[in-house]
Amino acid sequence: MTSAVSSGESITLKIDDKDISCRSGETILAVARENNIDIPTLCFMEGLSVWGGCRLCLVEVAGSPKLQAACATVCTEGMNVVTASPRLKEYRKMIVEMLFAERNHVCSVCVSNGHCELQDMAVKLEIDHVRFPYRYPHLQVDNSHDRARMDHNRCILCTRCVRVCAEIEGAHTKDVKGRGVLAAIIHDLDQPWGESETCTSCGKCVNVCPTGALTHRGTAVGEMQKKTDFLPYLTLMRRTES
Amino acid sequence: MPQTITIDGVTRIEGHAKITIQLDDAGKVYDAQFHVTQFRGFEKFVQGRPLTEMPGIMARICGICPVSHLMAAAKACDDILAVQIPPTAEKLRRIMNLAQMIQSHALSFFHLSSPDLLFGMDGDPKQRNIFGLIRDHPDFARDGIMLRKFGQDIIAKLGGKKIHPAWVVPGGVNAPLTEEVQDSILKEVPAAIERIDRALDYFHQIEGRYPAEEDAFANFPTLFAGLVTADGLLEHYHGPLKFVDQDASLVAELSPADQRHYGSLIGEAVEKYSYLKFPYFKPRGYPDGIYRVGPLARLIVAERCGTRRADMELGAFRTRLGRSPQSSFHYHWARLIEILYGIEMIQRLLQFPDILNTHIRARARPNRLEGVGVSEAPRGTLIHHYKIDDNGLIQWANLIIATGHNNLAMNRGVRQVAERFVDGNKLQEGMLNRVEAVIRCFDPCLSCSTHALGQMPLRIELCKADGEVCDVLQRD
Repeated sequence: MTSAVSSGESITLKIDDKDISCRSGETILAVARENNIDIPTLCFMEGLSVWGGCRLCLVEVAGSPKLQAACATVCTEGMNVVTASPRLKEYRKMIVEMLFAERNHVCSVCVSNGHCELQDMAVKLEIDHVRFPYRYPHLQVDNSHDRARMDHNRCILCTRCVRVCAEIEGAHTKDVKGRGVLAAIIHDLDQPWGESETCTSCGKCVNVCPTGALTHRGTAVGEMQKKTDFLPYLTLMRRTES
Repeated sequence: MPQTITIDGVTRIEGHAKITIQLDDAGKVYDAQFHVTQFRGFEKFVQGRPLTEMPGIMARICGICPVSHLMAAAKACDDILAVQIPPTAEKLRRIMNLAQMIQSHALSFFHLSSPDLLFGMDGDPKQRNIFGLIRDHPDFARDGIMLRKFGQDIIAKLGGKKIHPAWVVPGGVNAPLTEEVQDSILKEVPAAIERIDRALDYFHQIEGRYPAEEDAFANFPTLFAGLVTADGLLEHYHGPLKFVDQDASLVAELSPADQRHYGSLIGEAVEKYSYLKFPYFKPRGYPDGIYRVGPLARLIVAERCGTRRADMELGAFRTRLGRSPQSSFHYHWARLIEILYGIEMIQRLLQFPDILNTHIRARARPNRLEGVGVSEAPRGTLIHHYKIDDNGLIQWANLIIATGHNNLAMNRGVRQVAERFVDGNKLQEGMLNRVEAVIRCFDPCLSCSTHALGQMPLRIELCKADGEVCDVLQRD
């Protein structure tokens, strides 16, 4: 379920030249964050299953030719991890630039302007322009739901909404159709959201969405602020009660 | 041989424009046109966007007067939501709208037009700009800059930022006024009134120096249109839309509720040579239905301003020029009177007992599928008209911008100036400047960036009928 399932056996590793001990089964991301080492993420969310889709948490692991997703890689004894290098920084910038180029992210008129994880990430990674040609796809806004709105123009396909709907609410109204740049979030059998029979209108998907893709209806530019604190509490309470 | 002069690079009517002047065999002007050569496409690309985003998107039409578009868009959305916004929200919107008008008028008059008036239409272009103004008339320039700051600061204090504040939303505004902000604005009012008084005194000394320009700067009878209050006073936010003739006699009136049917009075013609539409007063047909909007039109349409000092100045204006002066040269004076009115009115609105009320937003879902918002932008009447689908997504939008209303008059004005001042085959800088200056009277958003530094980069070509360039006058 969560990223930090541990079996209790103590191991030691190095992250950014810092000697760290953790319990086996913990992911690099979890251990890094416990030790105040920042690794950027977009699709990861505490309390949801690991997706490993955004690739922003890629880290270098000594001995491995490939970069590893910190959220999905379990720590091993003697591991030597680098979380910030010029190469990683360049790749992360490139990933976020491609997210911007892929759909229509017009921050200035977005309801999430000023409260958007994608926007914050661009600032954090010092992105001042996008080097790739914008695709400007023609995408729809699904405003059929009574309380919420899905704007595919702003979606980065992190699937947090899909996971929270399936894993926490248990409705599994949302899913992903298509592949690559044609992939899109759908409701039930690719119906308008308002016609979904499984949606409970709980609003969790809106609050976990990192961008202005899922918002409350009736919000104007810059007004949408997400509340994500509920998720760790919710999962903790359920674990305690079960 | 017939020739055409092209002024290509009249920078900024929210972009690009050019002027062509056609000369006959004898070198006399027989026609002139003002072309807006760019296409913005706002009416198209808002299609499919949620209604509640409209004020934010539409504000992006302009960086000088985003607040005007915020107002008209929010009013169109209010109409679709079918809500009556809380009285405090209306007052707060009015304050921001007036602040916008003050800063835009100050920019137009002090930064852009006053160099012509202070240095003369034929003055040295090296001096005839804002820098020359700062050097030779520092107090006057400072007053202009500080008046603009007064307006911009109010917008920032209310909306969080000077340009494109997201504070005006369908149903009202999204944050109440605080006592601190109220006090800080009121504290600035006396200084602002002093500045505009000084500017008016100065203007009175120079405005009589330009009889030829008064006579030829779009000086012809037209209709005038603008909002008024229910009592017929000057109005910028909400009220009946009046059309009057050259004698200020009422021709037609649309009550706020009837403004949804603005199409019954306003038609929109299209000409091949310009992307800017040509609105006209429908009952008189095209192009006889020519009308003007903006500060001069508002002062002609209104019986009086409704604030003490502005009414005194309006009295002086009417004593000197009559009840309805037809020359667009007088837009300048009208602009200064409106600045004075704006400052007084902001002070009055801030002193209402309910201005700090925190009930500032009416919430509703769309209750109509169509809505119209009419307000007064600094340059004149602004109309936003939207249609939505059942889910609240925009299906269709029509915008009639103030500059558009004046399009017929600007074209005719350019022709009048050209006829008066352009003759023969040798181009003179003063002629070029007068062609610009008549456009500047209307302040049609031509005057944004480059022009803010004193002059537009202009290139006038004098061509033979076969296209051969026989004379070029270039100003960078």
